Amino acid sequence: MNEKGKSLTLFTFLVYLFLIAPLLIITVTAFGQSEFLKFPPDSFSIRWFLNVFEVEMFMRTFLISLEVACIATFIALLVGIPAAYVISRYRFRGRKILESFFLSPVLIPQIVFGFSLFNYLVIKLRLPVFTGLLIGHTIFIIPYIIRVISASLANFDYEIEEAAVIFGANRIKTFFMIVLPNISSGVVAGFILAFINSFNNVPISVFLTGPGVSTLPIQMMSYVEYYFDPTIAALSVLLMGMTTVLMFIIERSLGLSYFTSK
Amino acid sequence: MKYRLHYLLLIPAILFLILFLVIPLFITLLSTVRTDGGWTLSRYPVFFQDFYLRDIYFRTLKIAAITTLAAAVMGFPTSYYISRTAKKYRGIYIILAVFPLLTSPVVRSFSWMIILGKNGIVNDFLVRIGFIGEPLNLLYTEFSVIMGLLYLFLPLMILSLVGVMENIDSELLRAAESLGASRLTAFLKIVLPLSLPGLVIGASLVFTGSLTAYTTPMLLGGDKTQVLSTLVYKNALALFDWQQASLVASIMVITTFTVVISINWFSGKFNRGEAG
Repeated sequence: MNEKGKSLTLFTFLVYLFLIAPLLIITVTAFGQSEFLKFPPDSFSIRWFLNVFEVEMFMRTFLISLEVACIATFIALLVGIPAAYVISRYRFRGRKILESFFLSPVLIPQIVFGFSLFNYLVIKLRLPVFTGLLIGHTIFIIPYIIRVISASLANFDYEIEEAAVIFGANRIKTFFMIVLPNISSGVVAGFILAFINSFNNVPISVFLTGPGVSTLPIQMMSYVEYYFDPTIAALSVLLMGMTTVLMFIIERSLGLSYFTSK
Repeated sequence: MKYRLHYLLLIPAILFLILFLVIPLFITLLSTVRTDGGWTLSRYPVFFQDFYLRDIYFRTLKIAAITTLAAAVMGFPTSYYISRTAKKYRGIYIILAVFPLLTSPVVRSFSWMIILGKNGIVNDFLVRIGFIGEPLNLLYTEFSVIMGLLYLFLPLMILSLVGVMENIDSELLRAAESLGASRLTAFLKIVLPLSLPGLVIGASLVFTGSLTAYTTPMLLGGDKTQVLSTLVYKNALALFDWQQASLVASIMVITTFTVVISINWFSGKFNRGEAG
């Protein structure tokens, strides 16, 4: 490979060191013994991992985050799959504009969206904070669902669907028996991507959490404000473990080449 | 399907977005131009006349610009290297770039608190080698916000660039060199123009991302280095100044849209110029 010089190899190595070192540093720090964040730690222990499970707020908000991410992703799939199906399957006037409209939530600054939604749903319409939180997460993950489902529908051969209809299956049955099983890997990947983005979200949640309703990332941020011990580092390592598992599933279902082909 | 019933399938998504995205945003934007008895645009110039607010606005733009430039400088050679790597090893580089992207922004920003803090790795090292006597204030500065944002968004730049660079045929470069072009000329005449679409997408993702990010500036900039997004939060939930929060929010939306539209317009014009 003479087109890749030594200096380019070194450069790439340094850039990747920049990408990976911070996560390694967190991991090593999490196994420290002392009360303070120190790298490298003087002695090692797993006490901060045990401490994560002692902090009741972390456990409670973890469950809320899980609940919000699952429900929001489920609703986004229910709303998003039919929409993605129509815009990939049919050619009609205004299709492009509609597609941009469905992807538009990514263009809105999330903090602005969170603020506007809080102002409208919670202050004006007096809906419970939790409902607002669910709606906010659903709206902002719809683009992920539409994009992934459209990508897998692009490879689907609609002749198969037509054949089923010709042989007498009705449209709805055909969708569930033929189309959906063929794009199941896209559905799985869409679910995971939407789930991760909802689970990790801060700017929307920060306005839509209140007394008794908080998410894990919000709780972590307020913990960091008051304590600077390795508990957050240990929790970070546990979350990275979760990311690893979810990424493995995406790799299996969609393939990581999805990320470079947008 | 005589009555084109399948279009009904679009209705839930359209309704959702209108009810919960368009209307709330519209209310926020509208509130900035409404007064008790009529309409006014005067709140916008008033915002920019205030030194303190104007500083925050231009600081946000500056931080986003520097982050984008740094991401391009670091991402371009790296992506080129990845695109010239054998396909079976390329996946490893992609995984290592995607992993931070899927990791919580709180975790990623927190790691820079450990690195740049008063007793952090950088200060510890500089004091130990005797370069400085007292630890430096690296945290809660523009520098720490830029480092955090660069860390957050560099993978987006790399992935956008690898996507287009993968399609550049190595034979093309070899042909250029065998016809007498220097490696630099081949790079400037072939690689750079062909990767431009990826660079434009990457740059617009990094720029708008940095312009609107909340978590990282909150953790690494705090109250000392405020940006627009933290200003929205502060106005709304610390000062309870709803009017001002709406104004800052609207300015953010207008700025982001202006940037996105001009990048699209500019790259469209550029591509047509190339073709013609």
